[in-house]
Formats: sequence, C-alpha cells, structure tokens
Amino acid sequence: MNLSRHINARTLPLIVTSLLFVALFGFGSIAYTGFFSAQVFINLLIDNAFICVVAIGMTFVIISGGIDLSVGSIVALTTMVTAALVEHHHWSIWAVIPLVLLMGAGFGLLMGVLIHAFQLQPFIVTLGGMFLARGLCYVISIDSISITDESYTQIAQYRLMLGEETFISISALIALAVLAFAIYLAQYTRFGRTVYAIGGNERSALLMGLPIGRTKILVYTLSGLCSALGGVLITFYMLSGYGLHALGLELDAIAAAVIGGTLLTGGVGYVAGSLVGVLILGVIQSLIAFDGTLSSWWTRIAVGVLLCLFCLMQRLFERGSQSFSFLFSYWKKPAEPSNNTDQEASKACLTQVTTRTAA
Amino acid sequence: MNRLPAPFLAGLRHRLFWPCVTLALLCLVNFYFNRGFFDIEIKNGALYGSVIDILNRAAPLMLVAMGMTLVIATRGIDISVGATVAISGAVVASMIGGSLVIQNGVQSYVSNVPMPLAILGALAVALLCGLWNGLLVAGAGMQPIIATLILMVAGRGIAQLITAGQIVTVYYEPFFFIGNGFLLGIPVSLYIVAVVLIALLLLIHRTALGLFIQAVGINPVAARFSGISARALVFWVYAFCAVTAGIAAMIITSNVKSADGNNAGLLLELDAILAVTLGGTSLAGGRFSIVGSLIGALIIQTLTYAIYSLGVPPEINMVVKALVVFAVCLIQSDALRAMLARHVLRTGEAA
Repeated sequence: MNLSRHINARTLPLIVTSLLFVALFGFGSIAYTGFFSAQVFINLLIDNAFICVVAIGMTFVIISGGIDLSVGSIVALTTMVTAALVEHHHWSIWAVIPLVLLMGAGFGLLMGVLIHAFQLQPFIVTLGGMFLARGLCYVISIDSISITDESYTQIAQYRLMLGEETFISISALIALAVLAFAIYLAQYTRFGRTVYAIGGNERSALLMGLPIGRTKILVYTLSGLCSALGGVLITFYMLSGYGLHALGLELDAIAAAVIGGTLLTGGVGYVAGSLVGVLILGVIQSLIAFDGTLSSWWTRIAVGVLLCLFCLMQRLFERGSQSFSFLFSYWKKPAEPSNNTDQEASKACLTQVTTRTAA
Repeated sequence: MNRLPAPFLAGLRHRLFWPCVTLALLCLVNFYFNRGFFDIEIKNGALYGSVIDILNRAAPLMLVAMGMTLVIATRGIDISVGATVAISGAVVASMIGGSLVIQNGVQSYVSNVPMPLAILGALAVALLCGLWNGLLVAGAGMQPIIATLILMVAGRGIAQLITAGQIVTVYYEPFFFIGNGFLLGIPVSLYIVAVVLIALLLLIHRTALGLFIQAVGINPVAARFSGISARALVFWVYAFCAVTAGIAAMIITSNVKSADGNNAGLLLELDAILAVTLGGTSLAGGRFSIVGSLIGALIIQTLTYAIYSLGVPPEINMVVKALVVFAVCLIQSDALRAMLARHVLRTGEAA
C-alpha cells in the first residue's frame, strides 16, 4: 500500500497532531453552535499568523539542534521600531518594513555568529539577545505607540473576500506564503538538507564536508528574519508598538514546533507540522472562547499538558525506535540502509582522525 | 615579569577571583556616585543602609541560585523556578488570606489556616513541582530545558487557577515578618539564606554528595558505571531546586504582602541562571560553586541598584544585563581563549 510507506516514526507525530486538530475542531463543531464554519477556521490563521511565521523560523532552529529564546523580544522590538518610525518620524511604510526585516535578520546573524564562532550555547546567547531586544524596546519608549498612519491601517484592515461571507487578511496570506517558501527551503534545497544533517549529527555533517558554520549562522538569521516579519504582522493585527507585545511568544513557538512533531534533539521535523501546531494552539483558544465559562488561563494549562504528552511521545519514539519500527517493517523495503550505521561509521572515522592528529 | 608572591597568584587563579572583583568594582561604582553607599545606621534596633538593602532584596535570588547551581552542575537547567514561585506564592497567600478582627477594642489577626501549616503546604507544593520536573528529566529522560518548559508554560496557569485570576492580598501581620522583619537588627530573609547555605555546604562538603553531583555533571555515563545512581541524584536535585524556589516564594509573597500569579517571580529563572554563570559555574555542568552563585546573585542586585542610583532609566537595566550575559559568555568561551592565545603567541613570535 502506498500510504503506509509514509507512516514511520518521523511522520507519526505529525499524523497524530493532524488527527488531534481534526478531533478538536470536530468537537467544537458538535459542542458549540456556529463553530463549524469556514470563517472560524480561517480566523485561526488570521489571529495566529504572527505565531505561525515565528514558529516556522523556530522550527529551522530546532531542527538544526539549537534553540532561539529571543524571538518574542525581537517581535516586540520590531513593533516598537515600526511604530516609532511610522508615527513619530512619518517614514513611508515601504521604507520601514524592509528596514525592520533587515534589523531582525541582523540581530539573528549576530547571535548566530556568537554561537558558531565562539562555540557558545545557543540557549544562553539567545537569552542575552532576549534581554537586549526587550531592553531596547524600553529605550525607544516605555509606553505603547499606536499606529494611525492611513496606508498602514488600510493594509491592516484589508479583507480579501473568499466567497460570500468568508474573508482572509493580508497577514494570513503572508503567513501562508512564508510557509510555502519554508517548505521549499527545508525539503528541496541544499540549505535545508544541511540543516537536517547538522541536527542529526553535527560531527557527521562536518566530516561530510557540509558548511556547518555558514548554515548555523543562516539558521539564526532566518529565525531573526521570521521574528521581524512576525513583528510586522503583529503591528497589522494590533496597530500598535509596545515593549510588552509578544511576552512569552518564544514558548508558544517552541510548543507549536514540538506539538507539530519536531524533535527537540534536532534532525527530525517538518515545517508544515508547526503550522498544525499553531492551529492547535489557536483551536484551544477558540474552544475556550466559545465555551465562555472557562477562564483564559486554562489555555496555558492545556498547552502545557499537550506539550507534555507530545514530549513523552517523542521520548517513546526515541527510546523504542528499534522496537517500534518493527510495527512498520512489514511494509518497508528490506534492503534499506539504516541511518545508524552511517553515524557509527562517521564516529569511527572521527576517532581515527583524532587519534592520528594526536599521534 | 615581576614575581608575585605565591599566595597572591593562587588567589588570582581561584575560581571566585573574577566574581569577587566584579562585585567589588560594582560596589566602588556605587560608592563613587553615592558616597553614603557603605553607610549603615541603626534605626529602631534594625540595620539600615544600601548594603543591607541589596542583601535583603537579593535574598530570593540567592536562594533560587543555590538550587539552580546544583541543577546546572548535573548538566541540567530548570526554567520553571519562576512558575514554581508563582504557584507556591499563590498557595501560601490563599491559605493564609487573613483578616483584621477587632474584638473588645483589641486588634488581632486571624488566618484561614495556621501559618506554619500554610507555609509547609506551600513548600510541599513546590516540592511536588520539583518532583514532577525530576520525574520528567530523570525518569522519562527528557531534555531538561523542555521538561521544565512544560511547567513553565502551565505553571502560571495553575497559579491563576489557585488565585482564581485575582491578586490575593494577605492580611496577616505575623506572615510579613518573613519578608520584612528584622531579627537582632538583621533582615529575617538573610537568616533563611544563611540556614539553607550552611545546610547545603555541610551536605556538599561533609558528605560525598558534592563529589557525586560533579561526577554526574562531568560524565553521567562514567558516573553511573562507577556506582553512582545518577538518575536518583538528578531527580532529587530538581526537587531541591524547586524547594529553594518555594522558600524564595515565601519571602517574595511576604515582602509584597500579596500573590500575583502573572508577575510573581517573572524572569526569575533567567536571573538565577545568570547568577550561576556569573559565579563561575559552567553551563556545561561539572565543577560548581555555591558561594560563587551567591556572589553572582549579589552582582545582579548591586548592578540593579547601581542603575537605579545612577539615575539611568530602569528600562536600561535589561540592556545592561544583556551585555553582561554576552560578556560572561565570551569570557567562559574556550574558543575565544584559544583565539586569544593564538594571537598572543603570534605577536610573541613576531617580537
């Protein structure tokens, strides 16, 4: 059977997540009137477009085996700079948006260079980046700056009608475009393959002659760029810049990636999974909003519980990947070389190299 | 080069040398801008002064940093301490609650639950948080960042659930003693820090526990093969870290006389990690220094104090902290040291 060939330990989390999303949406449709409509579904995209874009950047970082805690702060900084330039200095938005995107990418680039050149832990470097970006927000202004610029509000409020009653916003379209580009980048380019290789085993990737340094730096640059774009989308959504925007967004982005089936040890994951992860976060929020009796802090608890379940599931796969794969071995081609032997070989190769240089 | 006396060189190489120098420099900066910085006066039988103030305010951070040091020493990290503070603060505040009752013209404070019981309950809840983290890290073998991320995400929700989304205010005078009181002229919170510190130092230096923790941090596999039950050790280290967060929550809640599920202990985990790294404990695990982490916590608090007293807007605080993080990272980086060493060698050869 053709379909079963695609079910393995790598894709199973994604399949489970998609089924969970369908189940949650189905539950909402049955339980609450008015839930089952195209607009509610599209609203999930519109309301979570910025998380989606940020989560896509985060997915690349996590697949490469790193982590980026600075995304929420870069989003906040972007909203702040955008709002300040558009409102206080009356810049054209066509100049401001490329500028802030460059700024975000530059921020990521800087952190990537620190991580790679000085062999620092991504966790602590991006933590520093998080403080820095959040602090710079307050240097610009402590208060929220609302955006009243004509052309800006026009773009923000533009509705593209899909049929009679459903519409989609510009930001949702941008998020979908970013997603399509990210899928292309991850699956069909040399850069994408290198990211997976680094996450799988950095030493093997190094021995294979892949450009580790450049790719790692690019991954953080990409994450910075995505965060800046997420920040622009937030200004479309909220029409303001504020240092407290996107507080804790990094956690949501990481949660979305994990729920979407990206393995936190790196090397495994799909960008599309992160979209499903974001949609699940969104659908939980919608369910709680539709219910009306549950308080909003249940969202955080639900996200925590989901995160926990998916992490445990991942552990199960990691531990039992040997014992687990037999379930699907009936459908597998017999003469498939396993990944493990490659890693063993490269490790042996590495020890040879090191012993030689030592001698 | 001039020959320096041997004890001086040994001191220079000591792990705590640079943290101490940093702290001393910060104090001098404070002294330069505020000549009364080192002044301590006695008011109403209690010591007052900038130094006492810094020590008092750094107490929660010092406590959490002690727990975090052990976690980091075992190659772990606990980013849920802020959430733990929020949860156990919420528990203690809602258990005590309290109200002012005036009977026959005599004011007396009444708590919902006896205070010792409430504090024990809150600490037990904190312990439970730690056991959960330990279970995920040591039991399920999850990455520490992710395992504790779960509680970090859900924890504030749980705290909100306990306080029903409100800020719970405490009206019970005896409870305020923990965070605001003075005993023999010294803030009570410092006694708490001292008790935990002494207990911890005794445990680490008088038993083999410290050695075990280092062994696990340096090489978990080797530690297991040499007969250390690494898993149990890691499990209890997370439990301990959460309990220190619980004690810190008592001080914080008592100090502000209320529990706020959203803001109690916000970003505390990051400050604690920063304090530990500033104190010279490597994030890669292994060798650790409890006293170093205390100095790290004091550095952070003194830095904050300096920023306030310089008249710099407090918003800059985050930027300064970020620069400190980067600087500490670079100082600890082996790659940078190697790079500098190469540079020095090259210039040496040229000359």
